[in-house]
Amino acid sequence: MSGMGKTAKPTTLRALVYSARFRGVVYQVLVVGGVVALGWYLVNNTLANLAARGIATGLGFLGQESGFDIGEGMIPYSAADTYARALLVGILNTLKVAVLGIVLASVIGLAVGVARLSRNWLIARLATIYVEAVRNVPLLLQLFVWYGIVTALPVPRQAIDVGLGVFLSNRGLKIPAPVWHETYWPAVIVLVLAAVGLFVLRRWAIERMNRTGHPFPWLSTGLAAMVVLPLLTLMATGAPVEWSVPQLQGFNFQGGVDLSPEFAALLAGLSVYTAAFIAEIVRSGILAVPHGQTEAALSLGLSRAKTLRLVVLPQALRVIVPPLTSQYLNLLKNSSLAVAIGYPDLVSVANTAINQTGQAVEGVALTMAVYLVVSLALSLLMNWYNAKVALVTR
Amino acid sequence: MIKPEDDIHAATAAADVEEPSSAVVPSPVLWKPLGWAKSNLFDSVPNTVLTLLALFLLWETVPPLLNWGLLQATWGVADGTAAACRESAGACWALMGEKNRLMLFGVYPYDQHWRPLLATCIVIAMLATSAPRRFWRRELGYAWLAAIVVVAWLMWGGILGLPYVETGLWGGLPLTLGLALLGIVLAFPLSILLALGRRSNLPAIKAICTGYIELVRGVPLVSVLFMASVMFPLFLPEGVSIDKLLRALVGITLFTAAYLAEAVRGGLQAIPRGQEEAADALGLPYWRKMRLIVLPQALRLVIPPIVNQFISCFKDTSLVTIVGLYDLLAASKAALADPEWRPYFVEGYIIAAIIYWVFCFSMSRYSQWLERQLATGHRR
Repeated sequence: MSGMGKTAKPTTLRALVYSARFRGVVYQVLVVGGVVALGWYLVNNTLANLAARGIATGLGFLGQESGFDIGEGMIPYSAADTYARALLVGILNTLKVAVLGIVLASVIGLAVGVARLSRNWLIARLATIYVEAVRNVPLLLQLFVWYGIVTALPVPRQAIDVGLGVFLSNRGLKIPAPVWHETYWPAVIVLVLAAVGLFVLRRWAIERMNRTGHPFPWLSTGLAAMVVLPLLTLMATGAPVEWSVPQLQGFNFQGGVDLSPEFAALLAGLSVYTAAFIAEIVRSGILAVPHGQTEAALSLGLSRAKTLRLVVLPQALRVIVPPLTSQYLNLLKNSSLAVAIGYPDLVSVANTAINQTGQAVEGVALTMAVYLVVSLALSLLMNWYNAKVALVTR
Repeated sequence: MIKPEDDIHAATAAADVEEPSSAVVPSPVLWKPLGWAKSNLFDSVPNTVLTLLALFLLWETVPPLLNWGLLQATWGVADGTAAACRESAGACWALMGEKNRLMLFGVYPYDQHWRPLLATCIVIAMLATSAPRRFWRRELGYAWLAAIVVVAWLMWGGILGLPYVETGLWGGLPLTLGLALLGIVLAFPLSILLALGRRSNLPAIKAICTGYIELVRGVPLVSVLFMASVMFPLFLPEGVSIDKLLRALVGITLFTAAYLAEAVRGGLQAIPRGQEEAADALGLPYWRKMRLIVLPQALRLVIPPIVNQFISCFKDTSLVTIVGLYDLLAASKAALADPEWRPYFVEGYIIAAIIYWVFCFSMSRYSQWLERQLATGHRR
């Protein structure tokens, strides 16, 4: 070991052994060597095991025909397609439920979080009961209950008519949807332009307020423009508005947009569960803003709503955003529980692929890689947002 | 019924300035609860609307639920079939009487059920004993060691007159509790090493620890459990096989360690730098500095987050259902697979949910209490 000394300083063995730097190098070499050796041992064993069982290695299986059907997806897919496409269907399904879940959970969470702080005793109590009941029961159990409830609904023939063409049955939720028409394009372009206009308006309004002190209601004006202008275009171009309304034909509904029972149960379970945690985050964020801030804003003559929007919320967001990010990530990861109720998300599709090909290592590694990439993308997005709301210090 | 309605206009006029409710001048009300209702439920128009809406919702949901859950419920059946439940419109709590053994203990041999029951009681009693701070001494550690030996003997058997029961037959509440407890206990030392590694000055060690923590925190527990159940057998040399339960336990431990490491790192960061510098000035080598100066202060701060991690670990153990172990949730599901009782799945899940809830809620209350007890001024 003593032969390893490469330091230029006059070295005795003793000085070398007691040098913190040399020790650091030795520790690192030992740890890295240990990790590499462990990895080599595991890979070696795995290769030997796979060879003994006659299982192929590598990602070649992705190009093969999958041979299994997937219940639902956002892109066309059949059993004759490849494993790669099957996994893509799974990834899109995961993203679909995660994005919708995040939106729903944020809305419910914000409402419940504010309700917990309400001066209305009854509302505050109900919100507390919701939070304490939901977050102390495992999500998987809640998913089973939701799925049980959805599948215990009546058959399509006796479907519950919610009204407005919405039907609830054990085949899922059916909602009416507008039919796409070629003549809608101008309206879509106007909508996009209005959205761009909203940002331009915001910049202008902020700039003007900084200059003159006169506020301009940019948000309400912009949003109104986003609704009204496309509608006007629709009327002007005389495009027909058609709705595809679910109708009972035979044993099932035809038309409309279809939410499968699995998707509905998963979405409900994920949003209700995560909302309880988001509510607590919102509550602590609002409580973290000293009451003096509210009092100061009110004494300046700001209205309640403006106090909340301009004074309390921007400060609360600083406390809210970092934990909110991890809740969003949790929701994304929890969407993998879909496998337990049969929604074809990434984990569930990858599992089927693993069972058919036996290529567990590649399947699990691919799944983990996808989750890592999506998690990283989501946290980068939230970090960017956090940097925007964070306190600017010198 | 709603008397204060008359005063609502006066209240709204005042509500424009929006005084906090406590400052509302107590009107000379005849009856105290009425005054309370006025200031807490009907103090402004929006609040009144909300209250009425909530009351309406409660009126719509609570009586039918009470009717279903209590008044018309079937509490027990004499003949062991669900016939009585089918006749009544209420809940079928008789399920609990018929299926409690299966839900609580899974497929553990029926005549040996006293063993997991006793083991569960010992673990719960030990948890309760560990709660108050004045019992936190060396003796408690010995008591836990003894308890673990006794519990292992009770569950496995095979010596001292108890018949051997293989781990494949373990199930229900003891499995859930055991996985959660062992998961945390085994993850703890690993998490300390990971947290220290992540704060280390040595770049290679820091990179490995950071990589491990972020990798594990970026993937769902389900895929870690799948990895444990499908890939671990491939990792080992041929002919060596490890038990399904052990595989799940290793998966849970590796997963929990990454989350716990972040909690420990939070504690480490809260220790003022001067403490380490003082230890360095005294000439303490790294490990003694950590063991004698830094960790005792840091870990004390980390106790409440550890309890919280234990709660989520306890809930997360329900995922072992997916890899085919019979924990509390899977055992409840199995109990509901009986066609006779299948229509009463809601009751079954409610019972399981109540068990989980009691554990999680009491632990989270304990954690809050502990946080107040341990507040040392390092934290806000």
